[in-house]
Amino acid sequence: MKRVYALEEYCVGCRLCEINCTVAHSESKDIIWAFKVEEPRPLPGILVEEVKPISFGLQCRHCDDAECIKSCITGAMHRDERGAVVCNADKCVGCWTCIMACPYGTIKRNEDKGNVVSKCDLCPDLPQPACVSNCPNEALIYVDRG
Amino acid sequence: MLEYVIIGNSAAAVGAIEGIRQRDNTGSITVISEEPYYAYSRPLISYLLAGTADDKKMAYRDVGFYEDNGVSLLLGVKAVSIDTTSKEVILSNGKAVTYDKLLIATGGKPFVPPMKGGDKKGIYTFIKRDDAERLKAVAKPGTKAVVIGGGLIGLKAAEGLVKCGVDVTVVELADRILSTILDEQAAAMVQEVLEGHNINVILNDTVTEVVGDNTVSGVILKNGQSIECDMVITAIGVRPNTDVAANTDISINRGIKVDDHMRANVEDIYAAGDVAEAYDIVYEDQRVTPIWPNAYMQGEVAGRNMAGDDVVFDSGFARNSISFFGLPMITAGIIKPVGNEYEVTSIVQPDKKVYKKAVFKSNRLVGFIRLTDIDRAGILTGLIKEKIDVSPFKDKLLDEDFGFVYMPKSYRKEKLLGVKRK
Repeated sequence: MKRVYALEEYCVGCRLCEINCTVAHSESKDIIWAFKVEEPRPLPGILVEEVKPISFGLQCRHCDDAECIKSCITGAMHRDERGAVVCNADKCVGCWTCIMACPYGTIKRNEDKGNVVSKCDLCPDLPQPACVSNCPNEALIYVDRG
Repeated sequence: MLEYVIIGNSAAAVGAIEGIRQRDNTGSITVISEEPYYAYSRPLISYLLAGTADDKKMAYRDVGFYEDNGVSLLLGVKAVSIDTTSKEVILSNGKAVTYDKLLIATGGKPFVPPMKGGDKKGIYTFIKRDDAERLKAVAKPGTKAVVIGGGLIGLKAAEGLVKCGVDVTVVELADRILSTILDEQAAAMVQEVLEGHNINVILNDTVTEVVGDNTVSGVILKNGQSIECDMVITAIGVRPNTDVAANTDISINRGIKVDDHMRANVEDIYAAGDVAEAYDIVYEDQRVTPIWPNAYMQGEVAGRNMAGDDVVFDSGFARNSISFFGLPMITAGIIKPVGNEYEVTSIVQPDKKVYKKAVFKSNRLVGFIRLTDIDRAGILTGLIKEKIDVSPFKDKLLDEDFGFVYMPKSYRKEKLLGVKRK
């Protein structure tokens, strides 16, 4: 399946991926409305690691052998029909076992939104994930590497 | 067509069903379980007690799970023994179920210590859904409870009871609460939070006698102190529920002994979950590790192998993520090492309730504690599991911004880009 990969040689650490992820997961899909008005503001599913001069975006790897799915105590974390690893917020109780399990550290606590986890969903309603579309230096690519 | 039989119906059983169906869509699967329920999330029984989880939340899989996977359910019936020669499981109703491949996934059972007055009404355990329902029926505001054991189960029961308005005292024999997952420093910080929520914690002591006529009216501690209460919850520990394998040629130590394929010593019999004693990659020894993720993963490995695959279970070690009154903690592996082959680093920020500790052995991470600041803790879990040489970034491991950026580029690329190291 297609996944997002970061090319650290091209990443400038601008964090536009994080911002556009938040916008893409907002109600309004509008950057100003999403940041200025919407409560709670969606957490970005991508995070940027940076120790100058190195930086890169990192989000859920949607692992074939996903530790988070196997570890989830409620069955909230699952694989959808696209093959993406997603969390059913109605089932999630915020035990954070997936945070303990994810070897990439890409699952976040969303305490504003009823204590459920927040993570990359590969933007199911978009042609490609918003972080990839909005990266100004093509440091994020969306490709099938098996 | 193979006949798969699974005794038990929790995480390991569900893992096995999903494991079997990765390989074999035609074999029949029969699940035998004493509990009359579809698989539910056992750790959520404290939420059930506190009234924050309903049936829908408790369900571990969708309603159609068993039908979709072609599973026949024998619920509310107990598997009492196994005839390993005729390959049959004998049930409590006198019937027998034949198997080609058998998985024993019977979990654990509470260890209830013999104590004076231990036969009175009002003494509960806290392992199963029914336990939580029974407790909920009596946990009324203003009642008093004594919880024997300040481990994961005891404290989850205590938290649930407090949320029901019950006045709770926890009595723990060790010198600290949560002694299997926390060291002294972390335990003290968590205890403070529990006490802030009116849980009375008594350490270095235990209940020697339960008093009352027919029903519990109090307990007497080893130090002589009396505590009035309406209910007692025993949460001293859980033992592997190996009953069904007793008097068979299946080899049992503490749990059912299994190899790295989750096979018991008798052909075509496997064990997984809290009943199994499997290899622990941190302690480098056979151990019972009664945690949910291990149960699922062992079950899945067992299921795949039962269906003809050849996969090993290589991720066994203790790890827990749990919160009390909103204070989260994630701990894994060896958290309180004994011996000079270990190296320890830690950070304490008492005002923020932050505590972080890492335990190393020969430049490998073998354990950690993260209190409050639990974000990205899974990276550490991964380092333990993959036995990574952490020496290039050891000093960064507890930093707030620790991540792959501190790791060698070749390792980072392999992990993040799927590029294999040369």
